[in-house]
Amino acid sequence: MPMTDSWQTAEIPGPKKASLIIKPDIADAMIRRARRPIMVVGHGILEYEVEGRKLIDCLIELSRRGKIPVVATASTNQEFLNRGFSPSALMPAVDLANRLTDARWNGLDGKDSYDLAIFVGLPYYMEWTILSGLKHFAPHVKTMTLDCVYQPNASWSFPNSSIKDWAANLTCIVANLGD
Amino acid sequence: MSRKGVNIKIKELNSDIAQLRDISLTIGAINNDTWDEPMGPTPFPSLTTLRNWDLTLLNRYKPFYLPFCDLCCLCTYGKCDLSGTKRGACGISMPAQQSRTVLITACIGASTHCGHARHLLDHLIEKYGGDFLINVGDTGVEVEAPVIRLVCGIKPVTLSDLEPVLDYCENQITQLLAVTHTGQEGYQLDFESKVLHAGMIDQLGMEVADIAQISALGFPKADPESSLADLGLGTVDTGKPVILVIGHNVPPSTEIIDYLQKKSLTSDVEVTGICCTALDITRYSSKAKIIGPISWQLRYIRSGIPDVVVIDEQCVRADTLQESAHIRAPLIATSEKNCLGLPDRTDDPVDEIVHDFITGKQTGALILDPVKVGEVAVRTSIGIAPLRKKHKTLPKDTDAIIALAKKCTQCVLCRRACPNDLPLPAAIKAAAQGNLSGLDEIYDDCLGCGRCEPPCAQKIPIHSLIVAAAGKKTRDETYCIRTGRGAIQDVEIRKVGGPIVLGEIPGIVAFVGCANYPKGSREVAEMCMEFAKRRYIVCTSGCSAMSAGMYRNEDGKTAYEQYSGHFEAGGIVNVGSCVSNAHIAGAAIKIASIFAKRPLRGNYEEIADYVYNRVGAVGVAWGAMSQKAAAIAAGFWRLGIPVVVGPHGTKYRRMLLGRSDKEEDWYVYDARTGKKVYGGPVPEHLFFAAETKEEAMVMIAKLTMRPNDTSKGRANKLANYIDLHKRLVGGIPPDVHLFVRTLSDVPLTMKDEIVTHLHDHSWKENPIPDPTLLKRMIHKEKEG
Repeated sequence: MPMTDSWQTAEIPGPKKASLIIKPDIADAMIRRARRPIMVVGHGILEYEVEGRKLIDCLIELSRRGKIPVVATASTNQEFLNRGFSPSALMPAVDLANRLTDARWNGLDGKDSYDLAIFVGLPYYMEWTILSGLKHFAPHVKTMTLDCVYQPNASWSFPNSSIKDWAANLTCIVANLGD
Repeated sequence: MSRKGVNIKIKELNSDIAQLRDISLTIGAINNDTWDEPMGPTPFPSLTTLRNWDLTLLNRYKPFYLPFCDLCCLCTYGKCDLSGTKRGACGISMPAQQSRTVLITACIGASTHCGHARHLLDHLIEKYGGDFLINVGDTGVEVEAPVIRLVCGIKPVTLSDLEPVLDYCENQITQLLAVTHTGQEGYQLDFESKVLHAGMIDQLGMEVADIAQISALGFPKADPESSLADLGLGTVDTGKPVILVIGHNVPPSTEIIDYLQKKSLTSDVEVTGICCTALDITRYSSKAKIIGPISWQLRYIRSGIPDVVVIDEQCVRADTLQESAHIRAPLIATSEKNCLGLPDRTDDPVDEIVHDFITGKQTGALILDPVKVGEVAVRTSIGIAPLRKKHKTLPKDTDAIIALAKKCTQCVLCRRACPNDLPLPAAIKAAAQGNLSGLDEIYDDCLGCGRCEPPCAQKIPIHSLIVAAAGKKTRDETYCIRTGRGAIQDVEIRKVGGPIVLGEIPGIVAFVGCANYPKGSREVAEMCMEFAKRRYIVCTSGCSAMSAGMYRNEDGKTAYEQYSGHFEAGGIVNVGSCVSNAHIAGAAIKIASIFAKRPLRGNYEEIADYVYNRVGAVGVAWGAMSQKAAAIAAGFWRLGIPVVVGPHGTKYRRMLLGRSDKEEDWYVYDARTGKKVYGGPVPEHLFFAAETKEEAMVMIAKLTMRPNDTSKGRANKLANYIDLHKRLVGGIPPDVHLFVRTLSDVPLTMKDEIVTHLHDHSWKENPIPDPTLLKRMIHKEKEG
């Protein structure tokens, strides 16, 4: 399938569509360049495991190395806690996204607004609509999805890819960030 | 109030004061008002009468728009790109365009309920007479039509009295739809105000429809112990001729029941239903059976069990004629709103129609006379059953499933078409190797939409594979449901009004609406049982009422067998079909009017203000799909009742979300002092989409909190919120300090950990106000 087709075929996007993350370096550069990134992790991430490693572990590592605060939605928090990791906030995705549209919102810690919001693990169609809301009403925030499917309403998205490639990409992003 | 037109003609009148000749006087309505309550400020409100109330709510719960599309395609100026800050050729902005779409959706929903109500009312007046008395409760119901009394300021007594209500609704829907024309409204919050107006109109239409059918058709009348009806595909006696009815408008189905009774055939033919007609037919006859929600249409028809399919209106699959033809079951369309291209045989002799169906000369017909539908459906089912021998289109056995699965090329297009992104390719691959467990598991989460099939280049009937693989499950679908009871009794309201307003009953949770669930029906049943166990009052209606019954606990009991049907703490109260949702709104209204003695008549703002600030009610439309569901939600919003939807609900294009972090948003008037005081972020949201069942349950518990809660009540609500959060999310809710006003609010069993949390968050005490959002309510004597 074309790399910029929505994963769900009827979710026809545009005219404004996400730029492709064709290699992990791009995501890595976006994260490095961000002044105040935040990562929203949905429950979908709990389903995935590659070669015995849960992908949520990759995200924990990404958060630690990139110093990216994590917002756990739904019941994702339980799995983080099981791994000895405490998210910065527990908040529903729509609530967090709504706050992101407010350019004067000073973030979870009350210090400053975010300029990069990373999404991963929400139901595809829900992430699609939430990213659309941010695309139109949060021009001050770039959005990036780390899912293995193309999300056209993000600023940056991976193309549709296999779980194995996805895991490799996540691992590479984390490695690039260094210790 | 009577609408009967009266014509007085005077040929010649000679009196002391005048001589009159050839005078004709027409009176459109006679006011025989028997209601002594003074008229309130807003009877029959226009589009803008309640605008200030709406804007008060909307400024607290600002819309968060989630555009489905960057474009507007509604006129020939377009398509217009509205992304970013662009405006369309007509000048419209993206927020306004989104709210305009929401208004169109709400208008579709409201017009559908009102159209249904009109169709039903006309039929019932024709059959039973306009003077037929309204009776929604033999005992214990004096406020028979709380929504109508509140909005219109009239007290209906007979069926004819409902006509001016529908006249008003039809007028308002016309005006509302006109608002969406190019070059009309341009500001999003004014569109949103009109969305709320459409929702209120929708509640009127629903109330008219249900009180008319309850009264005239002898449905349960506010009966908390209404009988249990069979529910599930496995309850059908497939040895008999089977009639399937689908839709929402029940008269053709009641005529089927009547014909069976008249001919002493009740035990010989199965009458089964899907969607709200099914719910309403079980309110009419204890012999009728419910197959399941809207999503059971394809699987049931393809099973070959129905011998005749009778459709009326709303939520009927548009391909029902084709699906029915495949199993050689004739289809009878009975509604002007859903003719399916069929020949109109309303005036043809029954014998001819039945003959044409049985011989296969005709696969379907439009019959607009419900009585004739009754006879044709029964006679056809009896005649055709031995001929078609339950011909089905599902794969006949495991070998057939495997053979079809082997055609799969793993192109993945089925999964990409599936609304729930279900892992179909992997399941089909396993099936090709003889392992059907993947398909069997998918059955539980499948919406039954069949969207997986058209993209398949190999023409594999994927939905049929799923249903066939889950054959044992479908045969085991033998549940029960308490038949829709209709209204809540006034006496029940008197008993629970205090405990609800004071918070001793933690809340009313209403599970309503369609079956577009993210993970199957079971989640609705689990949520209902959890909240009933926690002593909330749980209400159900529509497809959600069915889903609530389609699960058995470890003791083998369904929710309706385990919990009472009384409107009380720990009750699971099935009010009935979609239109019965009006009784849930009615219960909230009656708490304000009966328990708190607030004036009801044409007094919308004050009642809504009371409900918003004091009645901890939450609507949950976990599988909301339709435009009707959107209108129902809008009706609850205007009354100040928050609504939670599932993740698919984000496709309604906007949420109404509060900002608990913005203290300035949560000030209310203290009616005792007139001062503006902090009331806390309760309820935090007005329209909220949850990602998972777990997130929804925690949010539901949170949204039952109200500024007026007593400390005992708030402690009870907080205990549930905190406990659910600990169990389903993990840990103490990080925002719990926002909901503790005084230390007396803290649940005793959690005191240490909560007090520590309060300390960590620089918590300070706030007084509990006598809350109102209406300035005019200040200094009024507090009631209730």
